[in-house]
Amino acid sequence: MALLEVNNLRTSFFTQAGEVRAVNDVSFSLDRGKVLGIVGESGSGKSVTAYSIMQILTHPGRIVGGSVKFDGQELVGASKEEMRKIRGKKISIIFQDPMTSLNPVYTIGNQMREAIMLHTKRNKKQATERALELLRMVNVNEPEKRLKQYPHELSGGMRQRVMIAMAIACEPDILIADEPTTALDVTIQAQILEVMQNLQKELGLAIIMITHDLGVIAQLCDEVIVMYAGKICERGTADDIFYQPLHEYTKGLLASIPGADDDDKPLVPIAGTPVDLLNLPQGCFFAPRCKNAMKICLRKYPQMCQFTETHHSSCWMNIKEAADEGLVTLTEGEESANE
Amino acid sequence: MSKMFLYVLKRVLLGLLAIFIIITVTFFVMHAVPGGPFLSEKAVTPAVTAALEAKYGLDKPLGEQYLTYLKDIILHFDFGPSLKNRGRDVIDIMTDGFKVSAKLGGTAAICAIFGGLTLGSIAAIFRNKFIDRIIMIITTAFVAMPSFIIGTLFLMFFCVKLGWFPANGDAAGGTILPVITLMLYPMSYITRLTRSSMLDVLGQDYVRTARAKGVGNMGVIFKHALKNACLPVVTYAGPMLAFIVTGSLVVEQIFAVPGIGRRFVSSIINRDYTMIMGTTIFLAVLIIVMTLLCDIIYKLVDPRIDFDK
Amino acid sequence: MEDNNKKMNRFGSFRPFSLQLNTDAFLKASDDEKAQQDRMRPSTTFFRDGVKRFSKNWVAMTSLVIIVIITLSAIFIPMFWPYTYDNMSGVAQGQVVDSSYNNLAPFEYGATELAKIEAGEKVFPHVFGTDSHGRDYFIRVVYGTRVSLAVGFFASIIVLIIGMFYGAVSGYFGGKVDLIMMRFVDIIYSLPDMLVIILLSVVLKQILPDLIAGTPLETIGSNVISMFIVFGLLYWVSMSRLVRGQILSLREQEFVLAARSIGASGKHIITKHLLPNCVSVIFISTALQIPNAIFTESYLSFLGLGVSAPMPSLGSLASDALSGIYSYSHRLIIPAVVICLIVLSLNLLGDGLRDAFDPKLKN
Repeated sequence: MALLEVNNLRTSFFTQAGEVRAVNDVSFSLDRGKVLGIVGESGSGKSVTAYSIMQILTHPGRIVGGSVKFDGQELVGASKEEMRKIRGKKISIIFQDPMTSLNPVYTIGNQMREAIMLHTKRNKKQATERALELLRMVNVNEPEKRLKQYPHELSGGMRQRVMIAMAIACEPDILIADEPTTALDVTIQAQILEVMQNLQKELGLAIIMITHDLGVIAQLCDEVIVMYAGKICERGTADDIFYQPLHEYTKGLLASIPGADDDDKPLVPIAGTPVDLLNLPQGCFFAPRCKNAMKICLRKYPQMCQFTETHHSSCWMNIKEAADEGLVTLTEGEESANE
Repeated sequence: MSKMFLYVLKRVLLGLLAIFIIITVTFFVMHAVPGGPFLSEKAVTPAVTAALEAKYGLDKPLGEQYLTYLKDIILHFDFGPSLKNRGRDVIDIMTDGFKVSAKLGGTAAICAIFGGLTLGSIAAIFRNKFIDRIIMIITTAFVAMPSFIIGTLFLMFFCVKLGWFPANGDAAGGTILPVITLMLYPMSYITRLTRSSMLDVLGQDYVRTARAKGVGNMGVIFKHALKNACLPVVTYAGPMLAFIVTGSLVVEQIFAVPGIGRRFVSSIINRDYTMIMGTTIFLAVLIIVMTLLCDIIYKLVDPRIDFDK
Repeated sequence: MEDNNKKMNRFGSFRPFSLQLNTDAFLKASDDEKAQQDRMRPSTTFFRDGVKRFSKNWVAMTSLVIIVIITLSAIFIPMFWPYTYDNMSGVAQGQVVDSSYNNLAPFEYGATELAKIEAGEKVFPHVFGTDSHGRDYFIRVVYGTRVSLAVGFFASIIVLIIGMFYGAVSGYFGGKVDLIMMRFVDIIYSLPDMLVIILLSVVLKQILPDLIAGTPLETIGSNVISMFIVFGLLYWVSMSRLVRGQILSLREQEFVLAARSIGASGKHIITKHLLPNCVSVIFISTALQIPNAIFTESYLSFLGLGVSAPMPSLGSLASDALSGIYSYSHRLIIPAVVICLIVLSLNLLGDGLRDAFDPKLKN
């Protein structure tokens, strides 16, 4: 049984303008000790998926359907107290912007002790010792001094290390990293990723790495999910995604980033803007921006098909190719409507 | 630490300058009254005239009178004799009144702060629910009501029509209505301030972090949010004090509380100029000093503030 | 052979299925068809967007309607009302001829009027009764409203003009000029404004009447003028800070830099980027200044430092009513309700404008 199983998760924000469907029928699973990457543009629902798992959505967001099973325990519909005990102890998260993610009016020590003492029976002194130990684990220099400092006295990279230390304080099973390096300098990014990689090996953490940086994905992840407009469009190993991308969106994404090896290839940006989540199109959500879009793409959302043992994709182009191979039998007639 | 010291020093100097300006402005503005403040009224008794003559040398040039006045205030807290209250010094009348007013204003301020923080937090926690709507409607209404309106209406309903409270602020229980009248506006203001800053704080990343750590609802609100949400309220403490001081002028008048405000108002009506000068300076110094203290406290509470600004 | 292997590998786990599709399904879609699917919300201008948001806010719209009604009545009712604010019914040539006019309850008539009604003449009713001098109370409330609104409006204009000029100069020149000008603002800001206002009003009340005697200003009344002077001297500081802050921050903002870097002219930057950002903030805080000024005016009038008798203002009406609170409570309640209604509507209107036109300030 997988450590985390997410099935048909749907999350919406109920704004004055209407229901914004931020996460639309997302399913995946994560095994113990594995690293899952989630990629996609801003607004593709990556972070909201993570917040839905943790149930730390802010008003007016709410899970409207699906299930999240952690270690066999259903989290959707769990009581506040049950969720409180999961958060920080079993599943932890670190955020994109370390500058604002720590409470400015409390010292680092205070906030770290809080994380430790919430879920363990350590007293204040033991919690301080544990905090020092954690800070050393994430390579913070002068940890004793840091404990007495306020967040604004620390650099961005240092704060992100503190966030990581706080997240692993209770040795969680899953660490969700929500764009942990986006707000940091490139040199610091590498250090933070190294810290995370080491921790993953030492503690046997399962990590969900949310990013739009494909380089990070290539470096760390066992499995990758590509999201667009709140839906998963392709799923596979890092090799599958990078070397045999199936979905047109993934291909566009790969073409739009500079590669280290083939730097004479021109960069091709994806034209257009992301879809309006208030008014989702009828067919494939990516179709209006897709340069190879077909008539069917605009009419019907493509079903998710499995191609190899690890590789899944939902794109009409792939179904067309499969039909050309004779794997899909086509009959003419009325198209059945989207479910 | 030295930066903070410089900041405090700068603020203290600015405050002293403001006090000096208030005294100077008061003195010279009052001398613009035809005949000057000390002798403009014929009704001033010869005894008072003699006392003032001896003190300030009313025949001497204005500059010299000013220096004498300034020296007396700074060295002796001496504002001269009252023109209308025979044989009494302004400072004595003021201290008598201030004892009453301080109790009144202090109670109103404390009630306003605690009431406002509580109501504001409740409104923020139950945002857009029934209780939030009720709190917001009531506070919106009170923010639109000048204290003299609230005061007179209270007087009419509770003292005159219903007879629940005495209309005389000197009597037992007579200070309840004045306190409520004085606190309603600042309390409503603080409620709205707390609600909006609480909502702002609850949407901050660090609150999300706290929830992600597994902190419960109460912990999030009382440990992580309230302290941050309180900061804007501290900045309102100065204006609130000024409001309570000026509000107490009319409220004491309405409810016949024998405080400094009522004496000030009657000195305005009687044209007791030495009393007007003395009270203006006294209250202004009070407001300036208290505002200064609040500003310094604010900087101490919020560790993020840098003192370069 | 190798090629075939790769293909087999690619569809290695593909489970065959069948589909019912139209014949044109796999034809390439045209750009038009794609655009049809791409349903974005229509983009609107900043102003039109704001108006739309504002008109949806029923609280603010109601407030606007109330303000308009009150303002129009204050302007037009005195034109056709048969009584005037200083006309003491029952007094002729300074002699009291009919004291039954004093202290009438709403819709009561004085003895002379009753006689006229007996005789079959039509007499306009005293809607709110009369005051202790036999003056029609309704028209006095209308006049009081007129005075309070006018003071609020013009005081805000004065504050706006002085504050905008001072703040703009300070922000535009920057450096030492800015430093000195802002220190001056700091000092004025730290003075307790209400006390200074009271002090100045006391003195101006003594010296102004002589100064303006014989000029057109006399009709306005020395106390109203002294109030304007006081506003002009003290209340502009926060406005000037606001304007300066806006100019400084806007000058440094990235979108201005961005606009400049793509070659936009100075005029373009000012009209397209600075003004829309600046104007809404300034306009809204001016609107919010009006209730403040009305507050101050009624407060001073209550202390007897406001408009001079017989001219009424809402504050002085409430103050006068205090003496008759036991028997004539409606005389207190009516001006009190009008003040609260004006201030409340203006507050809510200002909030609505801020929400609609200044999304930055919204929480």
